[in-house]
Amino acid sequence: MSAIEIDNISKIFNAGSGNQVVALTDIDLSIASGEFVSLIGPSGCGKSTLLRLIANLLEPTDGNIVVNGKSPKQARLDQDYGMAFQQSGLFEWRTVAKNIELPLELKGWDKAKRHERAMEMLELVKLADFAGHYPWQLSGGMQQRVAIARALAVHPSLLLMDEPFGALDEMTREHMQSELLSICRRTGSSVVFVTHSIPEAVYLSNRVVVMSPRPGRITKIVNVSIEGERSDATRDNDAFFRGITAVREALRGVEMSDHVRGIEDR
Amino acid sequence: MSSRVSTLVRNVWPPAVFGVLFVALWEFVVKFFDLKPYFLAPPSKIWQKFTENFDLVWGAAKVSGTNALIGLLAGALFGMVMSLVLSRFRVLNDLITPLAIALNAIPIFVLVAVLNNMFAITSEVPRRIMVTLVVYFIVLVNVAKGLTQVSPTHVELMRSYAASDTQILKKVRIPNAVPYLFTALKIAAPASVITAFVSEYFGGSQNGLGSRIASNIANSKNAVAWAYVLGACLLGLVFYVISSVLEGVSTPGGRAKRSQEGR
Repeated sequence: MSAIEIDNISKIFNAGSGNQVVALTDIDLSIASGEFVSLIGPSGCGKSTLLRLIANLLEPTDGNIVVNGKSPKQARLDQDYGMAFQQSGLFEWRTVAKNIELPLELKGWDKAKRHERAMEMLELVKLADFAGHYPWQLSGGMQQRVAIARALAVHPSLLLMDEPFGALDEMTREHMQSELLSICRRTGSSVVFVTHSIPEAVYLSNRVVVMSPRPGRITKIVNVSIEGERSDATRDNDAFFRGITAVREALRGVEMSDHVRGIEDR
Repeated sequence: MSSRVSTLVRNVWPPAVFGVLFVALWEFVVKFFDLKPYFLAPPSKIWQKFTENFDLVWGAAKVSGTNALIGLLAGALFGMVMSLVLSRFRVLNDLITPLAIALNAIPIFVLVAVLNNMFAITSEVPRRIMVTLVVYFIVLVNVAKGLTQVSPTHVELMRSYAASDTQILKKVRIPNAVPYLFTALKIAAPASVITAFVSEYFGGSQNGLGSRIASNIANSKNAVAWAYVLGACLLGLVFYVISSVLEGVSTPGGRAKRSQEGR
């Protein structure tokens, strides 16, 4: 079963009014279970909007989306997916463990079970020693790892991530990318990952969806064929560079913007 | 612990020395220029009157302090309840906020005179209502801000967890508003004391600090009036310290919030 089926959707903001914006048009995309797919494109191409449509944080103007064989709304109500944003979005009045417990709390889990799961998640992101800390006592990279642990807390089959590493420095970023891949290998989650960075998209993904703005649409889907398990060595791999070139060329066909440059930019 | 004590000492001695020097200078100026007591009383005389009349000052402080405290609690309670209601029903917010601002624009002490007419001459109720009103607006404005100005990421996250509006209120909006409440109380506590004093200038029982100050000045008992002023200062300080302590024991999230705002 595919994780996500997107069938000819469009999204128009302020439809019918003077400042109508066509955010997305004619989007068709199918994401297989366990697949890692990145959405890349210049600002305004609608990649974050597409992610929010999958998450049912927005409703499409037209077309149909199926998530885990259900409507996006049902998938949201069932907490079928976990979500992470560029801002870690940790609740500063809750400890690290309590932050991870929040989605479970809302699901009505009892206290002991919640805490057990939170500790399991903290082991996964290697932050077990920080369970009792408050978010502001953690570095940016650690906060983002807590946010990912929280997104994974309900053991979702699907992860939706909106530039989760966008605010991190280069070294932390590469480290987090490798961690994310190793976590996904263990959990078998499918991932939809929005990013501005070409190397990040290529390193992480099975497929890179290249989008263009005005109106937002998919211009090309690049298959990344890197043999074997990805590791830091992958970043020197020919197949990695071929993937980068392919994505960059697909983006060149697209209107260039400040946000998308070559490999030298992250 | 010892480092905390030394920090305290370091923070305390400059204003303490300054205060002592200021009082000494005051005493000196009064003596040196032979200022008349009806013009300016020397600190030594004020202290003497303060100790002589301590029971009277204490009694008056209890009256004003009780009015301030009751008004502070009632105002904080109404402010919190109202901000919850307003944040829940946006229509009401649009309806009531302009009205609240308009009401707040009235010079508030005009209201005491009106309220005094409504109640018995010996009633403390008008003063308490006055304090309640002042505190109410401070708490309402701040807590409403805390309830509505939540991080959009937090709200999106909660919606992705299929949280209801009530759950978002309980888990996000209210915790987010806690530091705002303590900020409001920190402002409102001294304001409640000042309001309680000033309310006493508009008639009613002559039993509080404010009315004692006024009547002693009217009787040219300047030093005694100053002794009551000293009592008023101390009462204001007590309220300020209480609010500071309250803020200190509030959630660690409160501290984080403020450091985020780059205080």
